Amino acid sequence: MALTMFDKIWARHVVAEGPGGQTLLYIDRHLLHEGSAAAFARLKRAGRRVRRPDLCVATADHYVLTSPGTPAADTEIAAMIESLSTHTAEQGIVLFGRGDARRGIVHVIGPEQGLTLPGVLLVCGDSHTATHGALGALAFGIGSSEVEHVLATQTLWQRRPRTMRITVDGRLGPGVGAKDVILAIIATLGAGGGVGYALEYAGAAIRAMSVGERATVCNMSIEAGARCGMVAPDETTFAYLEGRPFAPTGEAWTRAVASWRSLPSDPGAAFDREVRLDGAEIAPTVTWGTSPQDALPITGRVPDPAAIGEAGRRQSLERALGYMGLTAGMPLTDIVVNRVFIGSCTNSRLEDLRAAAAVARGRRAIIPTWVVPGSGLVKQAAEAEGLDRVFLEAGFEWREAGCSMCVGMNGETAREGERVASTSNRNFEGRQGKGARTHLMSPAMAAAAAVTGRLTDVRTLRG
Amino acid sequence: MQAFTRLTGVAVPIDLPNIDTDRVIPARFLRKPQGSAGYDRYLFHDVRFDADGSEKAEFVLNQAPYRPATIVVAAENFGCGSSREAAVWALMAYGIRVVIAPSLGDIFHQNSLKNGLLPVLLPTDVVAGMRGQLHARPGATITADLETQTVTAPDGAAHHFEIEPFAKQMLLTGQDEIALTLGYETQIREFEARHRADMPWLTTR
Repeated sequence: MALTMFDKIWARHVVAEGPGGQTLLYIDRHLLHEGSAAAFARLKRAGRRVRRPDLCVATADHYVLTSPGTPAADTEIAAMIESLSTHTAEQGIVLFGRGDARRGIVHVIGPEQGLTLPGVLLVCGDSHTATHGALGALAFGIGSSEVEHVLATQTLWQRRPRTMRITVDGRLGPGVGAKDVILAIIATLGAGGGVGYALEYAGAAIRAMSVGERATVCNMSIEAGARCGMVAPDETTFAYLEGRPFAPTGEAWTRAVASWRSLPSDPGAAFDREVRLDGAEIAPTVTWGTSPQDALPITGRVPDPAAIGEAGRRQSLERALGYMGLTAGMPLTDIVVNRVFIGSCTNSRLEDLRAAAAVARGRRAIIPTWVVPGSGLVKQAAEAEGLDRVFLEAGFEWREAGCSMCVGMNGETAREGERVASTSNRNFEGRQGKGARTHLMSPAMAAAAAVTGRLTDVRTLRG
Repeated sequence: MQAFTRLTGVAVPIDLPNIDTDRVIPARFLRKPQGSAGYDRYLFHDVRFDADGSEKAEFVLNQAPYRPATIVVAAENFGCGSSREAAVWALMAYGIRVVIAPSLGDIFHQNSLKNGLLPVLLPTDVVAGMRGQLHARPGATITADLETQTVTAPDGAAHHFEIEPFAKQMLLTGQDEIALTLGYETQIREFEARHRADMPWLTTR
């Protein structure tokens, strides 16, 4: 029988079929961050130990300040980081803490360290865990109770989701990248269109992407409501992984690669739903509203609620425009922005920084612009190729690694009413700070906004 | 986990689709310990309160008939976005024990089940009808009965809902899921041995 990649990975992790259609799955990798503290505390109160500390790796990312140097956070924030250190030390779990160059955003460091491997089942108490699907891992976000369950048992009860293949054919145009592809996909599916599905991204446009670009696509699977998103491993994946600290070596590497080659979906495998997009049709894309599904080509205009018949959707659109301070029908390129954020688990990898630097080179930011690398190692690699100089000469701020203004848990937020061109993943009301207005876009488009002070079609800056 | 069997309570309609968990509880409150004093005030904080802490009159939970709500009747994809379980904790701190919606964010749905917040999925038109009744009769009650898998709307109509037998059993008994899973220790150990032989490259140390 022809199987999907999802079917194969699922089957390799079944510990037991439980009551009522639930399956007990084994977890190969459990990534932890400061938000895992509550789960550790409950585990301890219940008198339980971490079953497999060797399969857990922790990093401080959500609460660490990213201002240059090693600034001190306020007490509550510092306590979150301290709590992670205490719990991981007690349980014998590897932690990439402050001062460690390997520290970074949990979804950047998993692949970077070779912890994320094809065919593994990986979980983390963070909704953007699907990022790791870029390497052909089955990876999904879980809540705090499930984190505690995995800590205690190294397993999870799951109900099998349906499968959806999203094929992006053709070649992306100049100035169009992975972020534009995933925003276009979310706009097609809707914010709830993927609920109950495991996604597989396929097609020539996906195959042509680097692992980092595939990570950008998989990262935002949750913004369409999906449990997970994945890309079949191939030579690009193997070349990326070889030699990474936690990747297998020698004979184990050879054996692993042979096994990984059997992971891609079989020809003729049936998906519950198939969606196709033409990569050549995708333009640089930005969001105008307060849901990631509110995405349009930069050449478009702010939608008009009056054109919508259904009352609920009209009301929702009116509220979004009110919050965003936009006028129906205005060209997206007329939107003036106050601040730029380049970073997050969606877009903080070396290829993202290169794309932003290519636009910044020889230009000058006219609004505050932050560049927050995804990890200490990404920062080092960027500096080795002189990207930090490009950013600094363009007046961008070059910061330390962390989640920073994507979510603002560390207090790094935009001000009320401020409009942010952001490479992050969520434009929800208040996401980047109370009353802050977020427009999602690619690193190249964010850099273009930085140098023009408005939403700008990066293609018009070229040449 | 708090067990759930049956509840009759005031229901509050929340009409907008795609209410994300950032709106349910803003990120800056995630460092507050679950159940700490004032936790109920974090629920919908930024749409519920002004900067000085006073109530925004237009927000539905600030309207007298809806204040004692124990049931939320929401729209599509309620609880989407962030995995923060604090969204469930804040709802429960306020006193909410049931969320009725046409669809729910995947992780929010799981988190609800783990805490004893009953998620009820019903067809879009049925849920929209209930919200309409709640607007027409503020303070009207709904009954949710998990044993019979029935929700009774303010108009008296009973609606059957589906829930996985496993989740239902856990909710009815309030059982500790970890304790249940630890009962599978033999299977877990056998799996680990098999898995190590099949994929020896998965070790990290």
